[in-house]
Amino acid sequence: MTAVVPDRFPAPARRLGPLGGLRNSFTLTWRSLLKIPTNMEDLFSLSLTPIMYLLLFTYVFGGAISGNTHTYLQTALPGILVLSVVFATMGTGMMLNADITTGVFDRFRSLPIARWAPLAGAILGDAIRYVISIAVTIGFGFILGFRIEASPLSAATGCLLLLVFALAMCWFSALIGVLMKSPQAVQGFGYLLMFPIVFGSNLLVPTSTMPGWLQAFVKVNPVTYLSDAERALLVGGISAAAPVERSLLWALGIFLVFAPLAVAMYRRRT
Amino acid sequence: MNAESAPFAIEARGLAKRFGKTTALAGVDLTARAGTVLGLLGPNGAGKTTVVRILATLLRPDGGAASVCGYDTQRDAHQVRQLIGLTGQYASVDEGLSGTGNLIMIGRLLGLDRRSARARAVELLARFELADAAGRRAKTYSGGMRRRLDLAASLVGRPRVLYLDEPTTGLDPHSRNEVWAMIREMVADGTTVLLTSQYLEEADQLAHDIAVIDHGAVIATGTPDELKAQAGRQVLSVTPVRRDDVAAVAALLAARLDTAPEVSAESGTVSAAVEGGRPLPLIVRELDAAGIELAEFALRKASLDEVFLALTGQPAPAPSADAEKTPELNGSPR
Repeated sequence: MTAVVPDRFPAPARRLGPLGGLRNSFTLTWRSLLKIPTNMEDLFSLSLTPIMYLLLFTYVFGGAISGNTHTYLQTALPGILVLSVVFATMGTGMMLNADITTGVFDRFRSLPIARWAPLAGAILGDAIRYVISIAVTIGFGFILGFRIEASPLSAATGCLLLLVFALAMCWFSALIGVLMKSPQAVQGFGYLLMFPIVFGSNLLVPTSTMPGWLQAFVKVNPVTYLSDAERALLVGGISAAAPVERSLLWALGIFLVFAPLAVAMYRRRT
Repeated sequence: MNAESAPFAIEARGLAKRFGKTTALAGVDLTARAGTVLGLLGPNGAGKTTVVRILATLLRPDGGAASVCGYDTQRDAHQVRQLIGLTGQYASVDEGLSGTGNLIMIGRLLGLDRRSARARAVELLARFELADAAGRRAKTYSGGMRRRLDLAASLVGRPRVLYLDEPTTGLDPHSRNEVWAMIREMVADGTTVLLTSQYLEEADQLAHDIAVIDHGAVIATGTPDELKAQAGRQVLSVTPVRRDDVAAVAALLAARLDTAPEVSAESGTVSAAVEGGRPLPLIVRELDAAGIELAEFALRKASLDEVFLALTGQPAPAPSADAEKTPELNGSPR
């Protein structure tokens, strides 16, 4: 049952090697990166959102919570890093959804490329977006007076941990992206789910005045662990081991639940 | 199955597909000879896009099988994808990338090196008259430009079989003629084309063979001429010089042809189906005897529109503005 093709055409290849799939993914990563500088709105929201968070939280909350803005910035900036990166993961779902609804993914699926390359390429491209978000937050924080008090190695570990957590969270975002009907719905629904998780934590404020039931939630919220880990790794003063370990466990759990779900739903939808 | 025993570039047997409770396809058989255009015609929701999605390996059929150049669309999907090009009903280009960016991306995905991918992009953009807009984001393109870019994107890999799913829906007549010219060029190069359309004129212009599909089944196949002959009969059109004579002409045709003729109020043309040519000399003589002067006396084949009406029991959809929001592409209900 071998198919014979008229001579003037080369016979099509039987399969694509794993290297080919990796090359496909890099091409699609290049595609997402190419869009960052040409898409002004995207570049704006990517870099201005952390700046706005920093200005807003530091000067509106700072004095009231910590007495002065500098003290607040040292505890809040690690939290704002977490907030920016977690919200930035929503972009994964929105872009995925846009690709599906506009038919771009249909074109990909009609090409002889690895089945997993479009998802992998999109998420790899997002990793670079998260790096931009982290760099802008720390850079602008430095201008406002934030100082890294821990060792450079420790700070670098902090950034890496953020990236790892974001790469797990973006699968949750991808799942919403595959399930919703439009990119707007992804944004609306995504933020609705993200808000209590992000703000129901010690990310921006001490938790001592919160009601007991909320404190119970804060204590198990992964965002709390991640914020603590970032504070420990960037500023120091508290032990990093426990929050880092729990953040990694949470990241692993989120990945293990949502990555297979997102891939399964993606296959079902198409 | 091989190329010798399968002279068809596209072959589908008994394709069946259900979406929940809806039967999208109820056993579709199709064949397209290599180097020809097969027109797939049908009203909205008939199943045209579902057929294309199965043939493009985007969808698995629940029953039946399809092959492209002898390769099974399910078992040999990877090979099939190397042979086909797909242009969706909605242009599936990346709006955030430039025309060049879109084509380079596809070239790279198809395994071209950087230089070849760029060269191919430049070549196609020139051929589709997009060279001036090559560096602009596709978001800024007009509908016609986007459609041309989409067509160019489907040609990067020099496909041997090209699926065009309503390639001119929503295009103005000028852009539509351009797309038609490009399709003819590709077919002249030996490409096999499967063209779905709601427009009979389009199929009449481009297709060597036509399959009419309705409610998920093929209800007629043949060349455009055969289909017209199948739906019958020829049509006699008579237009008297004086409007006063229209009623007399209608009465005369009704009596001689044994059918109720159609009268166009605007042009005063009376048309009626004719079985064979026998009564025509008689009609001419009687018109002459009644002293009716004629502006037109013409015998023509039924138009594809009349064929469509005869076969599906509903008039062909008018090529109107609302074609733009035709739900057919997503049409396979998810």
